[in-house]
Amino acid sequence: MILFLAYGAILLSFASGGAAIAHSCEPKVNKQLVFWLLGASGLSAIFAGLGELIYPEIRLDTLSLGLPWIPWHVHFDSLSAFFYLIIGIAVFAVSFYAPHYTHHEQKEPQGFAVLSLFTGLFIAGMMLVLLADDAFMFMIAWELMSVASYFLVAFQHENAANRRAAFLYLLMAEVGALLIILAFGVVASFADGFTFDALRASSIPTSWMSIAFVLALMGFGMKAGLVPIHVWLPEAHPVAPSHISALMSGVMLKVALYGLIRFCFDLLPEVHWEWGVVLLIVGTISALGGILYAMMQQNLKRLLAYSSVENIGIIVMVLGLSMIFLANDHKELAALGLLAALFHAFNHALFKNLLFLGAGMIHHQTHELNIDMLGGLIKRMPKTSFIFLIGCMSISSLPLFNGFVSEWLAFQTALQVDVLDNGVLRSLIPVSAAALALTAALAAACFVKVFGLIFLGVPRSRHAEKAKEIDNKGMLAAPAMLAGLCFFFGIFPSSILHLIDNVSKQLLGSTLPQKDVLSFLTLAPVSPEQASYTAPLILIGALIAAGVSFWILHRNSETTMRIAPTWDCGFGGLTPRMQYTSSAFTMPLRRIFATAFLLDEKVEKTMRENTKLNVADVRYSLVIQDHCWVRVYQPIERGVNRVAKQVGRIQTGNIRTYLGYSLATLILLLWVVSL
Amino acid sequence: MNWLIAILQTALFVALAPLLAGFMKFCKCRLQNRRAPSFFQPYRDLLKLTRKQPVISEDASWLFCAAPYIIFTAMVLAASVVPFIAVDLPTSAEADVIVLVGFFAFARFFLALAGLDIGTAFGGMGSSREMTISSLAEPAMLMAVFTLTMTASTTNLSGAIEHVLGEGLILRPSFVFALFALLLVAVAETGRIPVDNPTTHLELTMIHEAMILEYSGRHLALIEWASQLKFMLYGVLIANIFFPWGIAENFGLSALGYGLLVIAGKLIFLCIFLAFAETAVAKMRLFRVQEYLGFAYLLGLLGMLSHIILESTR
Repeated sequence: MILFLAYGAILLSFASGGAAIAHSCEPKVNKQLVFWLLGASGLSAIFAGLGELIYPEIRLDTLSLGLPWIPWHVHFDSLSAFFYLIIGIAVFAVSFYAPHYTHHEQKEPQGFAVLSLFTGLFIAGMMLVLLADDAFMFMIAWELMSVASYFLVAFQHENAANRRAAFLYLLMAEVGALLIILAFGVVASFADGFTFDALRASSIPTSWMSIAFVLALMGFGMKAGLVPIHVWLPEAHPVAPSHISALMSGVMLKVALYGLIRFCFDLLPEVHWEWGVVLLIVGTISALGGILYAMMQQNLKRLLAYSSVENIGIIVMVLGLSMIFLANDHKELAALGLLAALFHAFNHALFKNLLFLGAGMIHHQTHELNIDMLGGLIKRMPKTSFIFLIGCMSISSLPLFNGFVSEWLAFQTALQVDVLDNGVLRSLIPVSAAALALTAALAAACFVKVFGLIFLGVPRSRHAEKAKEIDNKGMLAAPAMLAGLCFFFGIFPSSILHLIDNVSKQLLGSTLPQKDVLSFLTLAPVSPEQASYTAPLILIGALIAAGVSFWILHRNSETTMRIAPTWDCGFGGLTPRMQYTSSAFTMPLRRIFATAFLLDEKVEKTMRENTKLNVADVRYSLVIQDHCWVRVYQPIERGVNRVAKQVGRIQTGNIRTYLGYSLATLILLLWVVSL
Repeated sequence: MNWLIAILQTALFVALAPLLAGFMKFCKCRLQNRRAPSFFQPYRDLLKLTRKQPVISEDASWLFCAAPYIIFTAMVLAASVVPFIAVDLPTSAEADVIVLVGFFAFARFFLALAGLDIGTAFGGMGSSREMTISSLAEPAMLMAVFTLTMTASTTNLSGAIEHVLGEGLILRPSFVFALFALLLVAVAETGRIPVDNPTTHLELTMIHEAMILEYSGRHLALIEWASQLKFMLYGVLIANIFFPWGIAENFGLSALGYGLLVIAGKLIFLCIFLAFAETAVAKMRLFRVQEYLGFAYLLGLLGMLSHIILESTR
């Protein structure tokens, strides 16, 4: 039954793509059918995921698809189900959001058909990845996901910059896929067959196992967006339509994480703590680098893309912790780490989806994504602003919201370091915990900037001034639903943590140290003496404290508020341009972390009448470049160009030379055959 | 019964916070050869502000009016978590020290947003600086706190204090480092000299005051009270974690009374110490603050390493 639901979700998303084609060929077919099918697919995936998580059981199946002698092996366990749930929620939300959004973004029917077709294929591809139980099916599904999403990124291909971003995405996706194939190949060469069962049973030597791990980390990391192989993310996310960026950032990156978890924790026969350290360091760098670059962005969607790099970094970091504990035979703590990582992945899917959809709403109403051109939207778009505020609070990991719970669990995992024997680990992990604290604080600063500059203050442009609230219910309902979930799982995290615990039971053979303390109210993952967090009581306390103070202060009716113009220091003429901008807001941090960026800051002053004091005009320009581009990618690009030029020398353009090449090849082949 | 005591303790904490601020002002005035206002002046100020009519900018949104209540509430919640007179109260099991830091972050988030709400340059300046300083202070604080929690192997404040009490007086090098790290962070986070000056309204230097420049009336009263609470929270945190002796371990009336007296003594001592420091040190440039906080972080790190290398049982 549950497997049927899982298949149903895939078929429905294929059908949604099919309905889009049918609509473009035959306009009688209702356009809304596309979104109905998409929503049904999401719902089906949610039920499949929940069903499996509630009744954990490994469900196997074989489909007679693919190559004749290698049927597709299907495998649906708690880990797959958990990611199914993430996809399901995101797709369900998007199916409400997309009708109005795509209607306005794209007028011509062909565009709509292309967009919806590839959306359906993309979602089906992601779900197939989760079902795969052999390397062949995995790679086919993976490629379906990558290629379909390439067409989505390249959707608005009229713009040259978009084509470039899409090509970069495709290139990195394919290089990543090659690395993943190699990783599977390394393991498979010590196993008989390509099914995951065979890979699990392989007797692979440790050194080859490490090679496979590094290949998998690079391959999956390229998709997930780990520093320094994250560069496609900030290019591709801003150019895709918003609901697609929401799916890509909220869900596709999670599928890459699924691959990493499946490969490292499940397929490889054993884990080593050194790998955990690698994950920890890579994760820390990604988290810090991601948030520092996010802070400096002016384009909202670019900023959100960098913030995804940060969150993926946090997840990988906690996975590293889990791996370290697992390799040191502390299975319960490994389960705690895995729980924290998976819950953060879940939360990130919720709030990043919400924020991308919110960015789409802002763009839809103002045609503007530059933070410095917005402002004052809280009065013009009150509902959107409230929903967006919840997203900002969740991602800044403030208490009472879901982001805080997963970060809290991550800290709790890191603080269990005392059980380890290795002194290096014992000092490394707290330092990474402090880096996590820095990341969280910087994320809060970043999202204060985002919300403050977009929604608060005075409009900085005419577009922002003329903005109106979204009048489509579905477009508001999707992010509102996600915001509700963010709040719900912030208050009652145990409701989902119970289910995630089943994943670690299946994967690691161990649950949380004390399962019974995961009560409805209190969260005490290790033991109640060590740490506890009772969100519902805090919420009640907050309501009481706020209510009492409000009541006391509002008894006196003489103190009703008076509305007055803003004080302008007596000079008169406050203008919106006097407000802090994005680059002004982040200037102190830019200066403090100057070495993290490649800064090109120029101030040009034009003087009046040749004196040095009388400034007529000031121009300020700031270009911030990613270190990775200059230090990693440009050398590679130059190297590839150089090699290509050398290879180009054999291309003489003379037919006799080519005939000579053919002859030489023929002789060589004959020699090979005769051996 | 326990809940009642917990709520009473929180109420007492909230009620006493302005008194501590008044005392701090008194110490500073006396050290600087000025005539000091009464200890109760902060109460009079708060009362006066609540009776005044608040003036709101026409560009302000609902967030501007809601922020003071949110900030105040977050601080009250933080006050309920920190053991003040007695340990082992049910409220401290509700949230641990990481949640406490979360409450501070919550208040700061809304304070910074409120600063940006009116759309003046001052507000933005204050928000930008506040978020910068706090993002550097938070890891330093957590580093110091983690040293404690790893020693006590709990992040629960009551548990950590009971652990220190149970161990008796041991001079741990890690605690000395953590104490100084936390002191430096407390100075930065509560906006005291040398990081920020609560008594100045000079545009080049102000941080906290720049954010709340547009507030008046009861909103200002709430924010002022919240920052007094924050000051007292850090004071009580430092006093009770590092020198917990005297805190009430049962809920008998005499133990509670004794606990109140002892914490009052500790806070008076801390205030005098801080007043001396503030009088002796000048405010530093904004872009020296990162060195200051970097030093705090380093102290926290040293505390952590000395715990791992010197003190750990393994």
